[in-house]
Amino acid sequence: MDKRFMTGNEAIAEAALQAGCRYYFGYPITPQNEIPEYMSRRLPEVGGTFLQAESEIAAIYMVYGASGSGARVMTSSSSPGISLKQEGISYIAAGELPCVIANIMRGGPGLGGIQPSQADYFQAVKGGGHGDYHLLVLAPSTVQEAVSLTMESFDLADKYRNPVMLLGDGFIGQMMEPVVFEKRPAVSLPAKDWACTGAKGRASNLVKTLNLDPAELEKHNIKLYEKYQKMRKDEVRLENYLTDDAEVVIAAYGSVARIAKTAIQALRQKGIKVGMIRPISLFPFPYQAFADIAKRVKKILVVEMSMGQMIEDVKLGVCGAAQVSFYGRVGGMVPSYEEIVAEIEKLVKVAP
Amino acid sequence: MITEMNNMERVFGRPESLRPVSTHYCPGCGHGIVNRLVAEVIDELGIREQTIGVAPVGCAVFLYNYLNVDMFEAAHGRAPAIATGCKRVHPNMTVFTYQGDGDLAAIGTAETIHAAARGENITTIFINNATYGMTGGQMAPTSLVGQKTTTSPTGRKIERAGYPIKMAELLATLDGPAYISRVSVSSAKYVVRAKQAIRKAFETQIKGLGYSLVEVLSPCPTDWHMTPAAAIEWLEENMLPHYPLGEFKVPQEAR
Amino acid sequence: MERKSICTNVIMAGFGGQGLMFIGKLLAYCAMKRGLNVTWIPSYGPEMRGGTANCTVVISDQPIGSPVITSPDALIIMNNPSLEAFEPRIKTDGLLFINNNLVTCQIKRKDLQVISVPANDAAVEAGEKKAANMVILGTYVARTGILTKEDVAAGFKEFFGAKTEYLASNMQALEKGMSYA
Repeated sequence: MDKRFMTGNEAIAEAALQAGCRYYFGYPITPQNEIPEYMSRRLPEVGGTFLQAESEIAAIYMVYGASGSGARVMTSSSSPGISLKQEGISYIAAGELPCVIANIMRGGPGLGGIQPSQADYFQAVKGGGHGDYHLLVLAPSTVQEAVSLTMESFDLADKYRNPVMLLGDGFIGQMMEPVVFEKRPAVSLPAKDWACTGAKGRASNLVKTLNLDPAELEKHNIKLYEKYQKMRKDEVRLENYLTDDAEVVIAAYGSVARIAKTAIQALRQKGIKVGMIRPISLFPFPYQAFADIAKRVKKILVVEMSMGQMIEDVKLGVCGAAQVSFYGRVGGMVPSYEEIVAEIEKLVKVAP
Repeated sequence: MITEMNNMERVFGRPESLRPVSTHYCPGCGHGIVNRLVAEVIDELGIREQTIGVAPVGCAVFLYNYLNVDMFEAAHGRAPAIATGCKRVHPNMTVFTYQGDGDLAAIGTAETIHAAARGENITTIFINNATYGMTGGQMAPTSLVGQKTTTSPTGRKIERAGYPIKMAELLATLDGPAYISRVSVSSAKYVVRAKQAIRKAFETQIKGLGYSLVEVLSPCPTDWHMTPAAAIEWLEENMLPHYPLGEFKVPQEAR
Repeated sequence: MERKSICTNVIMAGFGGQGLMFIGKLLAYCAMKRGLNVTWIPSYGPEMRGGTANCTVVISDQPIGSPVITSPDALIIMNNPSLEAFEPRIKTDGLLFINNNLVTCQIKRKDLQVISVPANDAAVEAGEKKAANMVILGTYVARTGILTKEDVAAGFKEFFGAKTEYLASNMQALEKGMSYA
């Protein structure tokens, strides 16, 4: 199959198209502008609709409207824009509407910067907006993986009637790599008989999130919770990289994980046996993998482009059974593999 | 007697688009009238099965309990964005939003103006009762100067809270809208005209002419702390002079 | 033909508008067409144009880990600020390609292989004064042996859909550059 050479942003947009997404609503923000730009060019070619909204808030509610109308729809943004979208994301989760949201993270807080960051882990994984809800959160570490996860996101969104967040850092969006667009096998998905399509020959449908009756609202929360439990059981995705014989394990996701791979190769050449657990699904988080590794490995280094966010989940998985250390760079600064090598060397020198 | 009844023409009944339930609206509230007018227009145009509504946050949030059409419930102010998403997916459906003054003219001003500027082919029914009804009578963007509300207890002061917004006039300055009018439901005569305007707005959309909005001046006796009769009087004496009725923009072909 | 293992990387830096992003993408694309794994990352300054611009290309016959390179195997330097920023970072014995028409600062390190190219002059000679980037790319591919002229020409046409007149002058510039290797 033909290899194409694309930025992650363009690849995500093309993957969405190939997954049947025909509606895109968004608002410009760096470093993800290639997604709306690509969509504005390509969607009309395939009979779809691209609309540049007046704000991120409007964009996410256009997604709400299109998804509630039964369509495959996506939006994309970057950290500050995702903060704005959080209100709508909470409504979308509450209304059980399927959609895909790409977040190409930049440094924060506030206006922050425009360079790569992973400081949105909390807002992606822990809810983000108000109320008890979760997104399915998938974090690619190559452009090729961004393509496959984007395509899969649409199916997962429909399967669970839940928003899916594709969480990439600025590198995933801006980096160019060869990609192949392979057709995904068709999966059987539930009919969208709940969508607003005109009440012809059936009772009218209603897409809503208000539940003034506490007993009803509790029931709805429990229903959502059960859905998240099913995700926790069935949708955990991770990569184990050279963990079999590892004496130290790195935990990293996204582009940091590939930087860590280079570090691991360098460390192994020096005779230090290092492996990595790379969570691909950040929600559901692969807690069990960390619980299992902590039975054998006593030193874990979490590396993030944040001041330490995923480390909280790693610690929950490890549950005190191993020492969990942290190395992070922030604000658009990127950890180099040499820095990771140095951190690991420091760690192995110290007796546990 | 029964035979006679069978021969009689039925001249009034519940519209098919209006569910056979009683509403939660307070006595003397204008929402019930407008809900019904919308239902009557949907019936008359024969579009119940091709209509999708968007209910607001505010007193009319339960609009979906009354109208028998597919509906969305919106977040506060976001109905035009939701209607946009819906209309782009279903361009052949009639999509309308039903919004209050806080919803449309405060928190959702951006969504309103941009849907109008895009000429989004949707219809908005805008209830202007000069107060935040559901939250208990706070000052609205359309509250009149001097009007007492729970957040302007000594009356709305220009120097603190500025001026009330005339949305119909404001939106009529844009190129996108096709039909903009302001009506009232404070008398039988006005109610008849209000229905005509709502019908015209829906027809504008069905013809694909672009954005349409009907602003409806509507009494809120509860939050105005008046009897229904006094509220009607207050509306006509105070709101009508500030918010003149009429059509501010009509489709080219209807001119 | 048996090739030995390939794993190399290069940072290209200069002013925005000098076409460094372009030759970075071209290099990566052509290497991809030769069946290699590649990554290209941009690293703009706060201004997209007018400031300094750089990109990093990694080429390997193995899956690529880090696309971010602290100490590159090679540097292509097109202005003084970029030399100042990147000279300390290049590997010992690394290849330092400089456009000596624009880079006037002294190179401080003595442990590098410096390839000095009058890229602007050569571009003018080739008939395309804007093609200084192609000149220095030519020097780079010839010195490293990573691509042939034909590889670059094919990539130029395919990836950028270049018009024939541009192609000819740019290939002349590339060829000129190769002669400095």
